Formats: sequence, structure tokens, C-alpha cells
Amino acid sequence: MRLTLKIWRQPNANTKGHFATYEMDNVSEHMSFLEMLDVLNESLIQKKEEPVVFEHDCREGICGTCSLVINGHPHGPQHRTSTCQLHMRFFKDGETIVIEPYRASAFPVIKDLAVDRSSLDKIIQAGGFVSVNTGQAQDANAIPIEKSLSSSAMDAAECIGCGACVAACPNASAMLFVSAKVSHLAQLPQGEVEAARRAQRMVAVMDEEGFGMCSNVTACEAECPKGISVTNIARLNREYLSASFTSNTGA
Amino acid sequence: MKLNSKVPPGELAEKWTQYRSQMPLVAPNNKRRLDVIVVGTGLAGSSAAATLGELGYNVKAFTFHDSPRRAHSIAAQGGINAAKNYQNDGDSVYRLFYDTIKGGDYRSREANVHRLAEVSRNIIDQAVAQGVPFAREYGGLLANRSFGGVQVSRTFYARGQTGQQLLLGAYQSLSRQVGLGNVKLYNRHEMLDVVTIDGKARGIIARNLLTGELERHAAHAVVLCTGGYGNVFYLSTNAMMCNVTAAWRAVRRGALMANPCFTQIHPTCIPVSGDYQSKLTLMSESLRNDGRVWVPKKQEDAQAIREGKKRGNDIAEEDRDYYLERRYPAFGNLVPRDVASRAAKVACDEGLGVAPTGLAVFLDFEDAIMRYGRSQATTKGEDDASDARVRELGVKVVEEKYGNLFEMYEKITGDDPYNTPMKIYPAVHYTMGGLWVDYNLETNIPGLFAAGEANFSDHGANRLGASALMQGLADGYFVIPYTIGDFLSKEIRTPRFDADSTEFKAAEKDVQDRIDALTSVQGSQSVESFHRRLGKIMWEYCGMSRNAEGLQKGIKLIRELQEEYYKDVFVPGGTDEYNPELEKALRVADFLELGELMMADALDRNESCGGHFREEYKTEEGEALRRDDEYAYVSAWEYTQRGKDPVLHKEELVFENVELKTRSYK
Repeated sequence: MRLTLKIWRQPNANTKGHFATYEMDNVSEHMSFLEMLDVLNESLIQKKEEPVVFEHDCREGICGTCSLVINGHPHGPQHRTSTCQLHMRFFKDGETIVIEPYRASAFPVIKDLAVDRSSLDKIIQAGGFVSVNTGQAQDANAIPIEKSLSSSAMDAAECIGCGACVAACPNASAMLFVSAKVSHLAQLPQGEVEAARRAQRMVAVMDEEGFGMCSNVTACEAECPKGISVTNIARLNREYLSASFTSNTGA
Repeated sequence: MKLNSKVPPGELAEKWTQYRSQMPLVAPNNKRRLDVIVVGTGLAGSSAAATLGELGYNVKAFTFHDSPRRAHSIAAQGGINAAKNYQNDGDSVYRLFYDTIKGGDYRSREANVHRLAEVSRNIIDQAVAQGVPFAREYGGLLANRSFGGVQVSRTFYARGQTGQQLLLGAYQSLSRQVGLGNVKLYNRHEMLDVVTIDGKARGIIARNLLTGELERHAAHAVVLCTGGYGNVFYLSTNAMMCNVTAAWRAVRRGALMANPCFTQIHPTCIPVSGDYQSKLTLMSESLRNDGRVWVPKKQEDAQAIREGKKRGNDIAEEDRDYYLERRYPAFGNLVPRDVASRAAKVACDEGLGVAPTGLAVFLDFEDAIMRYGRSQATTKGEDDASDARVRELGVKVVEEKYGNLFEMYEKITGDDPYNTPMKIYPAVHYTMGGLWVDYNLETNIPGLFAAGEANFSDHGANRLGASALMQGLADGYFVIPYTIGDFLSKEIRTPRFDADSTEFKAAEKDVQDRIDALTSVQGSQSVESFHRRLGKIMWEYCGMSRNAEGLQKGIKLIRELQEEYYKDVFVPGGTDEYNPELEKALRVADFLELGELMMADALDRNESCGGHFREEYKTEEGEALRRDDEYAYVSAWEYTQRGKDPVLHKEELVFENVELKTRSYK
């Protein structure tokens, strides 16, 4: 198939970017989207031009490294699919595809389509964990956990930390990301103990890092490649609110 | 060079406990004065950095990713083994030890493997305490499933994302230590050299990938947790950025590379579809619990399927060859990976492959769907349910067990595996070989440690499924944090090192020279194109089966490719900016040297064992022929220089507790 690509090119954070247009021919429908970009880059290198920088690694939809906003959608238009799992059979011959980086002030552009998402790590460092040292654990079966609860925690834990929720949100809020971690841990007896403190600390750092507020647009859930539910945000709000009513949370 | 494995004396089952309780300790006030560099933040690196931080050492953790959570451990699907015997099916530490030694085809060290089996139990406890949401039964207790090469159910799992959940547990523990200031995290930093002072590892040279700046980092000890080198084959199930550079740079500074030719080819991956292919996707081994592997019995049926004239479902039951069940009735579809992969190759070599390329076999869930469906119908009291209803109920069960894997398969291939059998083919997945380490996981360079897939320690010539996660976390949480004390307890009077010393400056200059050597070529071929060509040579001559003639040819071809690389590679972009092409160029340069060493190792090993199958050494039935009298050793290679032969050192393997037998899964 034949495609026209409009791709955001930006040499670095301090230089203004622009769209560049590339024509692609002989694109196989079995290619993944990133393989299509590989082919483009190979042709640019042959012409001694600079290849398009985009981030990717596992190409199995689990590491969360790939990003891209494709035709206005983080990870492209295919529902519950990360960019690396998106295949060209979902595009039409002759189509024009617009490819941009995530746009959020907490995710500054590094080069072309690559952005800096280390602010998400800072949020986890503030409290996205259970405070247990190696070797302190009791037997794994000592506390039975209801299957449905464990399964609901797993639903939240499936977040791949790609930041699509931030890119999808008109306020560039990281609430879905934060709530997925809070919700994963708060539902388990091991994580429940410090749930309130965790929620307060993570939200505080989220604000510090320049993410916006949540105004219940729910675009985050719609664009999330793992289908993380906005009910997690409700759970985060509950933890956060209850924390603000209790003292000595250490936040 | 005499290799000392430092295996402690005593009874096998007592060695680790005794050794640990007699090991010299480092007092808390001294730990604060000791710096440790951990390179890599996958399961082994994150867990080691977190635990060393908890213990009070000053830790610097390096990852070339933007975040520690991106490491490729995240992609492990199926599960993690542990000798918990929660299923009461006869499992024990000894049995896990024995299965691992046997699965590895008797090419691993008894004491290391027994320790691994012992600490496996602690890993599950630790992970649960961190909030890892393992699968559970209705009673609230942990669920298990079976993996290849064993007859008990000891694999713990979190849907099809066990690696993700375990890595997030370790990443969160690491993040906690970063937040507390015990670990300093350097993301987007790639280690490009190890620095030795007076023969001991005292730091690294790392490149800041965003600015291109070379940085000198000093420490009392360095731990490499940098994963495997499967990407030497270009196409593998590894992530695109997985590479051998950190380990290879250690080799270039004198560390030995052990058993480099032991590569695991995983039997169930999505087959190659075209020349543009960038990687191969694994379908978890857990699928072999329920999927049946087959090819058509008749070549004309296989040909019709390849040409799209027939589909798998069109082939009558009596015209199908469930070849694993036929050849290996005791283990059936759950034979170990090396055996299953070779059997798939044999079937395809006979012209029975079912993809247009001829390189695929079926993995069929129809029986499992109907079996689960009937069981569900009985539970629901629908004894006279129609086949369609039974199927509907069965699909639901299979969806719950493997839904995300089936979804991934459909996304990639466009085929619906609930209604048509999956097509699969073996692909490079894991490397059992790695840096030679002793019982302390210390390389032959004092102060330089290697953990996880980066070392050669535990899997012999073949790794069993769900044992990679176990080993990575065992090394990181429960082994290195103790054994590093053996080295560091002698360093408590050693002051911090000056990163401006001549050794550091010389190493930095070496790195700069390597970068300049590549960027100055300005040739006409991309890095990627060289990598693909290397991969083809490796797969052709050092892949699923090998022979002396092919290996000799392979070595020659790789040497030619190396020369061409330094004459005609084109690296676009600058050195002082974010430049993924330059990163790749440095990695491929190291792969080119490693590939040659792998061939040399495969050529030296005149036997077939585990993942290493030499066509000259097989039984009449075509099974691997091991030669214990001559080859029961670890081959530890010393690199000399490009284009020159490496030097072999041998560590003879001593088996005091298991009898060496011909591995049989029949």
C-alpha cells in the first residue's frame, strides 16, 4: 500500500519543531507500524538524511517505551493496542497518517517523537510501593486473598507506564497512572496498610511535576492501551480524601 | 588460568546455609562508606540495587532505558518456578534442583543450582509481600500451573504478565530506595566500559544518551545485571535494545565468557512473515499445558495449507501427526524447549510446515476448549449441552486462562486462534551462556559480579521454562547481597576512588576512540543492515543445529563482515546528542565479536547437549548425543583480539549428587 506520512521533526527541546512529509510505497499490510517506520528510516539513512527518532523496545506491548500520537490518538486509533502492536492492515491504501510526539508540559520533547517521561518515575519513588525490605516476608500463603480482589488489583497493575493517559487528557493529568498504582496496592492486604499515605505522597509529586488536574473527561481510559479503568480514579479520590481526614499520615 | 569455582565444602543441602552463616560481614558504619555500581535494572539489577540499598551500601544504578521498568524482564509471560509444594504433588527443593540439572543436560554446577532451588521459596514470599498480584484459587491461596520438562505444578503466575508484575515489584522496591536516597538512579546512561585498578573492578565509563557526554563513575565493586545476548541473531524474542555490550566490555577487560554457544531456541513463537521483520514474538510456554502441537501427516496437505487452499481445521484427525505426543509419550507437549524446537525443525525439514515460508507448525486448542467446556457444562448441570454450547463454555475458560496471549496473537497475525489453530515456530529466546562466575557470582576479575541472564551460572545447556525469573530474582534479592560481602569485607579500609585517575581517563579515551572509529567511517550501509546480515549468519551456522564445516564457514563470514563494518558502516547524526543510531552501532560492533566467539565455542564442543545440537553427534533416533567423558566442563573463553583465536579455559564439572544419565522424556 501507498501512504503519506506527516511526521513531527524537532532537533531538540530548545528548537522549534515542524511537520515533514514523507511518501511511502510498497508498505505491506502485515508490517507493524514501527516496522513501517523502520523501513522509512532505512531509506532516509540510504539518502544520508537523519532518521526519525522514535522510542520503542519490546515491541510486544508490555514495556511501555513506545508512544506516538497517530492521527490524533496516543498509540493510534486501534482500541486497546500500543503503537508497537498496531499493524498496517488497519490503515487504508493512499491514507495520510499524522505522527506526533506526546504533548504535555510534564513530558518535554527530547528529539522528534521522543519525550522525557521520567516524571512518572518520580511519582512512584514518592510512594508507589509497599515498604518491605528483602527477607522480611512471611510465607506467601499466610494471608488468603479473595480471588476477585486479587484479580481486580491485577487489572490495575497491568498499567505499562507509557503515559498515553497524560497525552490523551486535555489537562495533561496523570491521574489514571497514579490511580492505577494506588488502586493496585490499596486492594491488597499487603498494600492497604500505607494506602492513605501513599495516595497523598503520589498526588503531591504528581502536582509538583506539572501534571494537570482531573476533570473527568475519561479520554485516558478510552486511549489506554491496557484498558485501565477510570474507576481506579474514584478509588484514588477515596483514599486521598480519607487521608486528608486522618492525621499523622506522614505525607 | 586455573578457575576456582569457590564451591563451599559440606553436604549439598547444607552448603548455602553454612556458607552464609560463616561469611564475613560488613558492619553498618562501613557499608555507608562502600560504593557499589549496579548496571541494568531488570529483575536481577533492580532487586540487587534495592536490596543493597536496604542493607546500607551506597548504590548507583544504571539503565540505558528512560525508566528501570522498561527492562526486558517485563516481557516474561508464563511464570516463575518455586519449590513450595503448595499443590502437594511431591515437589521439593531437591526435585527442583534435580529437574534443573537434568533440564540443563548436566552442564551446570550442582551447588549453584541447589542454592537456586532453596531460595526460590523466598522469592514468592517476597513478591507477595510487595503486592505482586499472583493468580489465586477461590480459597484465596496461590494458584500454580505446569511448565515444560517437569511433572509437578510449581509455576506461579500473574495472568500472562508474570515478568511485568515481578519487575514492577522489584522496580518499586528500587524506587523506594531511590526516594530514600540510598540508591542514585542514572537513567538513559549506557555502560561502555568497565574500569579496573590493580586488577580489581573499580568503576565504569557510561555515556549519557541524551547529551552524548562520557561519564566516569567509581565504586568499590561493580555488578553487571545486563541480560542476555540473543539479539546477536538479530531476530529474537528479545527487546530491540537488548545487547551484549556491558558483558562484552568486561570480556575485553579480561573477564571470561562461559558457554557462549548455549542458546535457547523457544519452540512457540509467531513465525517470520517478511523481510522487514524486526523481532519475533513469543507465545508463552504455558500454552503447551493445553495446546497440542501437530503437523499434517501428508506432504500434499501441508502444501495445500501453505498455498492457502486448505486450513488446519480441514485436516481430518487421522491425517494429523501430534508428533510430540507420539515421540515423547511421558511428557507429550510439555517436553523441554530444546527438544520441542528441534522436533518442529525436523517436521518442517520434512516438508510438513504449514506457513507460506514452510516454517511453522500448528498449536491447537480445540481439544482443550471442548474438554473445559464439558467440565463447565457438568458443573452447571447442563449434561445434555450441544457441542456448540460446550464449545462456547470452553472458549470462556480458555479466554480466562490465556486471553491476553490469544489477543496478542490475533493482533499480530490477524487470525483468530479460538477458531483456527495457531501457527508457531521456534525462535531465539534466551542465552544460557554468559560471564563466567564463581559461587559468589563474581567473575574472574575481583570486584566484578554478574547476575541474572548475564551470567552462565544455573541453566547448563538448556533452561527450563519459568526459571529465568526465578534465577534473576534469586541472584538479586538473595545471593549477591550476601556474597558481595565476601569481597567488600576486605575493602572497608579502601578509600573512595578518584574518577580522575589515569585508569579512568585511559578507559574513557578507549571509549571515545571506539565511537570515533565508527562515526568516522561515513560509509554507505546502515547499522541495521549489518546486524541483519550477522543474524542470518548466526542462524544459518550456529542456530538450531550446527556442524563443524558450517561453523568454520561461519567464523570466516563473520570475520569478513567485521572488516566490512569498519570500512562501510554509516552512522548518521552527532555524538553529542540523542542518537539511537550511534547506540546501535556500538552494540553491533560488540555483537560481531561475540558471534565469532559463539561459533568457536560451538566448534569446540564436539557433542550435542541441550540447546547445542551438533549434527555429527546424535543417536540413531536423532536425539542429542552427549559425551560426558570429554565434555562435562564449562568452557570459559578468554578473548585475545579481533581476528585472532580466543583461548579456552575449562572448569570441570563435578557431579557428586546426581548421576549423569541420558536425558529421556519418552
